[in-house]
Amino acid sequence: MKIDANARYRTSHEWARKEGSVIVTGISDHAQESLGDIVFVEFPEVGKTLKQGQTFGVIESVKAASDLYMPMSGTITAVNEALGGDPSAVNKDCYGAGWLIKFEPTSPAEWDGLLSASDYEKEAAAH
Amino acid sequence: MAPFAGYEMPITYPTGAVEEHLITRRSVGLFDIDHMGQIEVSGPGADDFVSRLVTAKVLDMKDGDARYSLLLDEKGGVTDDLFIYRLPGRWWIVVNASNREADFAWFRKNAPSGVKVEDRSEDTYMIAVQGPRAIELLGLAADFDVPGMIRFTSAEGKLLGVPCLVGRTGYTGEDGAELFFPAREARKLWEGLLDLAAEKGIEAAPIGLAARDSLRFEAGMPLHGHEISPSINPVEAGFKWACDLEKDFVGKKAVTDLAATGPSRKLVGLDVTGGVPREGYEVQDPDGKTVGLCVAGMFCPTVKKYAANAFVAPELSKAGTALKVVIHGKPKDAVVVKRPLYVPAYRR
Repeated sequence: MKIDANARYRTSHEWARKEGSVIVTGISDHAQESLGDIVFVEFPEVGKTLKQGQTFGVIESVKAASDLYMPMSGTITAVNEALGGDPSAVNKDCYGAGWLIKFEPTSPAEWDGLLSASDYEKEAAAH
Repeated sequence: MAPFAGYEMPITYPTGAVEEHLITRRSVGLFDIDHMGQIEVSGPGADDFVSRLVTAKVLDMKDGDARYSLLLDEKGGVTDDLFIYRLPGRWWIVVNASNREADFAWFRKNAPSGVKVEDRSEDTYMIAVQGPRAIELLGLAADFDVPGMIRFTSAEGKLLGVPCLVGRTGYTGEDGAELFFPAREARKLWEGLLDLAAEKGIEAAPIGLAARDSLRFEAGMPLHGHEISPSINPVEAGFKWACDLEKDFVGKKAVTDLAATGPSRKLVGLDVTGGVPREGYEVQDPDGKTVGLCVAGMFCPTVKKYAANAFVAPELSKAGTALKVVIHGKPKDAVVVKRPLYVPAYRR
């Protein structure tokens, strides 16, 4: 399992990484591996404000559809449109080209409550 | 791995379902389908007995011929679909894993005295080798002329030293073959074919259940329990062609009756935008009224579409009809399209 040491995580397998004033989010390597080939991503509208833990979209693999959860509260500033043409980037490069959304955090302190890379690694390994 | 009809089956191999699908379309896919059942029927009266139970015309079949058929109950419901091989002195009938026991019991129950019905599934292994280079690969492995075989025939001979019944048949829309051989030789033949492909520079890979499903779906082939089932009449699913109405068979009256009155629902293909349709999802008309359910749906890697099969009223079944499929609570645009999405290689 690959881990991005600079990111923080939710137990539902989303990662969050600070990029200037925004947070970038995607799904972890453990998640893409267990979902299998990703074939579709449903994104939220840009400008939408969502609370931590709310679903921001759906990721569909060959096997199943899974909800995606906001790692922190925030307002969506961008979605990865490039995945519309080829969602396999989520499988190939989940921490890079396979990012899902960017958002402006509305409660920045929530960052401290997310799992560190090493804690997530232990959590994911146990499941 | 996932449980499937009592077998542990790989949904995908490490290659991944989408790539497995594409490899089968461009070169060779190997399918471990030992779960499929085989019923052998022989003895005096076997020909008329088989003809009476199955929908397809079989009495004209010559030794070596292979043919698709349905198995119906008295009400015309599809209890299974079959591949029937006419072999010297016997019938070799391939059935779906989940229906194997019921099919066997049905054949046994209806068999007149003198007709022998045997379940050969346990001692028979089955591998499908499918794709544009499948026949080339099998030709290299065989001690007989596999490339000379025509579609929907079978032949017996040795592949890598293993005695096989080879049917030039399959369930992917590609050319290829299905192999039946003693179960104890499974590993030898499976690994031997993959090794031979590697040695000869023929791209080949094992293919899991997910790609098996998307390959058959694209090519317009039915999967029992989805496009056909005991609650579906062949006329509704577009399978009247598999019924020989000039002979008598179990369920014939229900087929001819429905063909005469016209079905109240028909199987259609839907091209969906904005999500992945799946089995059980609701189909709506543009006004939001429920008009049917998806019986299968998925991403189709070769045609690059999100597509479903659904039963809808005949007036909504014309290609170009605008409908909706409800995905995660939201109605998404869908349009009725001509099936199959991918025209099988041997029909082009």
